[in-house]
Amino acid sequence: MLSFVAQRVAKGAIVLLAIIVMNFFLIRLAPGDPAMVMAGEAGASDPIFVAQLREKFGLDRPLPEQLWRYVKGIVSLDLGFSFRQQAPVAQLILERLPATLLLTGTAFALSLGLGIMFGGLAARRPGTAADSAITIVALLFYATPLFWIALMAILLFSVTLDWLPSFGFETVGGNYTGTAHLRDIAAHLVMPASTLGLFFMASYTRMTRAAMLEVRQLDFVKTARAKGLSDAVIERRHVLRNALLPVVTLAGLQAGTLIGGAVLTETVFAWPGIGRLMYDALIQRDYNLLLGVFMVSSAMVLILNLVTDLAYRMIDPRIEYNP
Amino acid sequence: MLKNVMLGLVMACCASLAALAEEPKSGGVINVVIQPEPPGLMLAMIQNGPTQMVSGNIFEGLLRYSPTLEPLPGLAESWTVSADAKVYTFKLKPGVTWHDGKPFTSADVLFSLDMLKQTHARARNNMVQIDKVEAPDDLTVVFTLKQPFGPFLGIFEVGSMPMIPKHLYEGTDYKTNPYNNAPVGTGPFMFKEWQKGSFIHLVKNPNYHVKGKPYIDDIYWQVIPDAAARSVAYETGKVDVLPGGSVENFDVPRISKLKNTCVTGAGWEFFSPLSWLWLNNRSGPTADKRIRQAILYAIDRDFARDVIWNGLGKVATGPSASSIKFYTDDVAKYPFDPAKARALLKEAGYKGEKIRLLPLAYGETWQRWAEAVKQNLQDVGMNIETIATDVAGGNQKIADWDYDIAFTYLYQYGDPALGVGRNYISSQISKGQVFNNVEGYSNPEIDRLFAEGAVATPDAKRQEIYDKAQKILVEDVPVAWLLELQFPTITRCTVKDLITTAIGVNDGFRDAWIDK
Repeated sequence: MLSFVAQRVAKGAIVLLAIIVMNFFLIRLAPGDPAMVMAGEAGASDPIFVAQLREKFGLDRPLPEQLWRYVKGIVSLDLGFSFRQQAPVAQLILERLPATLLLTGTAFALSLGLGIMFGGLAARRPGTAADSAITIVALLFYATPLFWIALMAILLFSVTLDWLPSFGFETVGGNYTGTAHLRDIAAHLVMPASTLGLFFMASYTRMTRAAMLEVRQLDFVKTARAKGLSDAVIERRHVLRNALLPVVTLAGLQAGTLIGGAVLTETVFAWPGIGRLMYDALIQRDYNLLLGVFMVSSAMVLILNLVTDLAYRMIDPRIEYNP
Repeated sequence: MLKNVMLGLVMACCASLAALAEEPKSGGVINVVIQPEPPGLMLAMIQNGPTQMVSGNIFEGLLRYSPTLEPLPGLAESWTVSADAKVYTFKLKPGVTWHDGKPFTSADVLFSLDMLKQTHARARNNMVQIDKVEAPDDLTVVFTLKQPFGPFLGIFEVGSMPMIPKHLYEGTDYKTNPYNNAPVGTGPFMFKEWQKGSFIHLVKNPNYHVKGKPYIDDIYWQVIPDAAARSVAYETGKVDVLPGGSVENFDVPRISKLKNTCVTGAGWEFFSPLSWLWLNNRSGPTADKRIRQAILYAIDRDFARDVIWNGLGKVATGPSASSIKFYTDDVAKYPFDPAKARALLKEAGYKGEKIRLLPLAYGETWQRWAEAVKQNLQDVGMNIETIATDVAGGNQKIADWDYDIAFTYLYQYGDPALGVGRNYISSQISKGQVFNNVEGYSNPEIDRLFAEGAVATPDAKRQEIYDKAQKILVEDVPVAWLLELQFPTITRCTVKDLITTAIGVNDGFRDAWIDK
């Protein structure tokens, strides 16, 4: 297994490098550069000022040289400097990464846990009222745009009911410590994590339900039943376990979508994570920062895919590691 | 010898007469929306709106400006002008210290001017008329100009010329100086903490040079990227101040009706944001003056003000906003007249050639406005294609002259020599740059008038020159002026004296207090 992991990490590194190079050229295809944005914001621009900025950012050099400098930096773990935010890119990302990990991690755990649970419930007695209700609600969440759910949740839970805070990571100026601080963060986390998780929960619910119904028809389930195993044991150990494989595949595939969804969720709820950092960097053409955030999010997707592969093996020991 | 001695203290007293009506109370915390999050707080190096809004509390300029744009004392307590209007002597306020306790002196002023020439494009342009600057003693700074420069006393506002601590910046690499992210100024509030993506926290400067001020203990600038979420933050009591432009215009009437809510359009007199459509004077249909005039007749600007801007602002009459110096409305008028627009298009031989329209990517209001203008122009028979871009992409297209019609709005900085001429004189035509003469209008008469207007004396002479320039420009329609914009500042009514000068919330919260 170790050699499997090592080989996957090596492959991942190559993929990551390819992503960096592609992103490097892709973001330069968009019209406008950081010098133009900053000159625009200054409310005045003259050729000297813009030329100065371009020189400062190294944008006056030939593209291959810029790429070479960037990749050289990456290899020595230097993600560059954001002149726009006047701070090293690594520092900016590390400041924001915990908030995103908390948000996406919570949303992922919630959606997977609840999705499998509701899917299992629905599959238990297909065609009943409970099954229909779960299926319809799942379809609704699956089809509704994330930002709309977010805004409606804010209207209901913050404006009308005043139960939950509408924005931020914690109460600014609250100066909470200890468990009060944790409770404060948790209260701020509820809406963004639920909103982000709903879409994924809906897809896991539907996938779990379909997979369980399919597995239940297979011969080994009949065998288990013939052996006299209880329904609960059959459902849990045989049906659910085998039905999980497509769900895990889906979860692995959707890791990228989850991070994409975080951009929107973090914007609506003013959650200080890298999703918003990515959005701001894109709008401001902050090349180094944007590349840095892309690299980190790509790395997260690669890691989650590796975890998915490892989870396969745990769920179904028949699967062999074959890098 | 001395032509003019201005002891601004008198004016300061006048300006604060209203404040005397109620006795300010000390203490309290103010939560303010900041949008978008500033990229940094070093005002000498970053000049975007949010940076100035926060840093205007930390840094100060030599002068401040009353709502009628008269200079008020700032870090300079008085100033004199020589009879030939070429030598300006500023007396600095004694006893002013930086937030780290070091004294503020004339050496800091000299250093700041030198640094700004390298880092601040607008300051550099403003300073071209300065021949030399001297500091005969710690509290005196003498500016000698190459020739008289009418708007000279108008270039010292904090965003245009912030004072920077020499002892922390001299000899350092400005762009990576650690104080860029923990700025040290002389202002009423000191930098305390910045949690990127969440908030910026400023605290009261206990040693501020104006006795008894500031009144507020803490200011939290809250970063909330979504416009709807900003409205909700105000509605739910999480923020107390929504500076101009914080919420979408269509939300303003609703929020204005909330309990304990006050709205003001004051505090934009110095900037006087004026919106217009860049019209490409070089090529395409808009190169023809008659088509440019037709565009101005075709656009219903009253509708834009009343519906899109909820009645805020004023229909522009020409290149100057009515709140800046030397404005005149004695110019040709372009009322909403689609029939006249059609006639002009016909006269110009317009045959339905495609015209590209670039909206401004600043949110819903601007998007809607672009749709309304498109509709107006289509109604008179123009073939309009909207090009969607983000801000950076739009700036690039405008700088590359790759557009036919493009939305914009620019600040005017109180004087035509500072913020108007740059958009019409031919020396400001420079491909690859934004906010200069990107329309490509070139008229030697206009070049001459703006050159003369900047250095003419007295003011009556300047008025005469600028009257002439405004008349010619309005006749030629190099760009299609839309509205003098007004960005409403929304506050709890218990927040008092927030806006006392011509730059409003950008001038810091030194006079603000909370009526508890």
